[in-house]
Amino acid sequence: MTVDQAVAGHAPPDISAGPVQSSLAKGEAREREEVRRGVTVADGGGGPELARVVPVSGRRRSVPRWLRRTVGPLALLVLWQVLSASGVLEADILASPGTIAATAGDLVSDGALPSAMLVSLQRVAVGLLLGGMTGVVLALASGLSRLGEDLIDATVQMLRSIPWVGVIPLFIIWLGIGEAPKIALISLGVAFHLYLNVYAGIRGVDAQLVEAGTSLGLSRWGLIRHVVLPGALPNAMTGLRYSLATAWLALVFGEQINADDGLGFLMNQAREFFRTDVIVVCLVVYAILGLIADFLVRTLERLLLQWRPTFTGQ
Amino acid sequence: MATDVHGSVTDTDTEPERRPYPGPVDSGAAVEVGGLVRSFGDRAVIDDLHLTIRPGEFVALLGRSGCGKSTLLRVLAGLDREIDGGVLVPRRKAVAFQAPRLMPWKRVWRNVLLGLPGRPERDAAIRALEEVGLGHRADAWPKTLSGGEAQRASLARALVREPDLLLLDEPFGALDALTRIKAQRLVAELWQERGCAVLLVTHDVEEALLLADRALVMEGGRIAYETAVDLPRPRDVSDPRFGALRARLLDRLGVEGKEGPEARETEPGTHADTSVAA
Ligand SMILES: Nc1ncnc2c1ncn2[C@@H]1O[C@H](COP(=O)(O)OP(=O)(O)O)[C@@H](O)[C@H]1O
Ligand SMILES: [Mg+2]
Repeated sequence: MTVDQAVAGHAPPDISAGPVQSSLAKGEAREREEVRRGVTVADGGGGPELARVVPVSGRRRSVPRWLRRTVGPLALLVLWQVLSASGVLEADILASPGTIAATAGDLVSDGALPSAMLVSLQRVAVGLLLGGMTGVVLALASGLSRLGEDLIDATVQMLRSIPWVGVIPLFIIWLGIGEAPKIALISLGVAFHLYLNVYAGIRGVDAQLVEAGTSLGLSRWGLIRHVVLPGALPNAMTGLRYSLATAWLALVFGEQINADDGLGFLMNQAREFFRTDVIVVCLVVYAILGLIADFLVRTLERLLLQWRPTFTGQ
Repeated sequence: MATDVHGSVTDTDTEPERRPYPGPVDSGAAVEVGGLVRSFGDRAVIDDLHLTIRPGEFVALLGRSGCGKSTLLRVLAGLDREIDGGVLVPRRKAVAFQAPRLMPWKRVWRNVLLGLPGRPERDAAIRALEEVGLGHRADAWPKTLSGGEAQRASLARALVREPDLLLLDEPFGALDALTRIKAQRLVAELWQERGCAVLLVTHDVEEALLLADRALVMEGGRIAYETAVDLPRPRDVSDPRFGALRARLLDRLGVEGKEGPEARETEPGTHADTSVAA
């Protein structure tokens, strides 16, 4: 709604609800009337343009957040089923969700899927643990000391420009085709992401807070514990999220290396028999595991970072 | 560097920088600074500064923006040790900065206790917070405090250390007028209860005159002027003596006060606190 702005500053305040000025279009006048009914608006048509401030309770969500977050994926599933059922999507290109669900049921009941999942999860967990520890320890060393920075950071920044997936051939030569290269690949991706984020977090801690901590008599270790590490935590959590995503990606890549168990093995086997349904089941499992991991990190973030004065969305 | 500016005003100054400095002696003062120099690059921001603060004395430090007030305060707080000259300060000292600088990841009461030796009880924090009227916000996150509340929490954090010297760096600078008046009163009350020496850095002449026993003007890297504030407490802004002092200080700061020229005439020596300089 636009009200004649030219007179806005000059019109004397008119408390009485006088006749609507002729310069107002009919629609605008109606809107004004609506505003007036809810709130007593002191204007005679010459005031500034008014916009209603909608109370947040009026549009408060009735659906819980977790439910809203599942709507997107579900909609995609429904669309896919519809396309398959209507014959637009042929079964030998991509099996329908129904078929896939049935296959999933079979794979679960004969134990193939759970054991494959377990193997893959183990790889991620071990890779995450090793890579995470490496990344965090290196980041602490280079973030907290000049010497560490000079020794470690330059090296890591140099290695960083190498695409980590590209080292697969080297890993195979060095470590063979067993568990080792897969876990090494996951660790590598995780370590890089955590290192970069934790290091940036430590170096990004507000110098004024460090100074305040010093003035409060905190020792060096006290400063690290009460100021530097908590200050680096938001970045560390971001790093954890990225590194989880990386871990998953590394798992998929790694399991293409001649795996004889795990989800990658299931997929490779399925490819040889053109079983798109099995492939999709594995992809879905990857996706669900990824979602669960992301959910866990988000929960962790909410618990650990509740002090943060940042925008959280609506 | 600023000696030419400085030269034009030294004639009416009190002694400090002409006093031969024998080296810091523990003479029972709360702060004893002699021949202090702090340079950034080859620019001496603090240049042969002398300062004595008696135990329990409330001193306001005025000066133009960038003249080195915060630098001096950081030196006294032990946060800046790249200095020459002698500085004696109490072991127990506390600082409140212009920004409250609360750790956002610690609840208010934990902020108050941060850095205290031993294993201080939560009760100690609550008591300090109640002193500044913030007992009910002990469990809040700093992000939920208003500017004035955060500043009071920062004050509680300083006071819980039971300092012999309280260093305040424009602690009310960011507060709105009403909140500032309340905060000033609070500081005055707390100082009278605690009896610790206070060095208040401020750019607000009125604030200095409301609170301090003595007002210093920093210029050219040293204390270029000082005056005792011999007004009865609580002080009244409308007191003519208050007005005269304010005009004189404003004049010293290079701002023409309303009674500027007149104040300049009455200036020599009358209010300069020679007893402290001795
Ligand atoms: N870390 C620093 N490096 C270089 N110059 C500085 C530094 N800190 C302060 N200064 C300079 O010292 C002067 C005094 O600063 P400061 O003490 O903060 O002034 P103020 O009196 O406004 O508190 C300023 O000119 C400032 O630019
Ligand atoms: Mg300053």
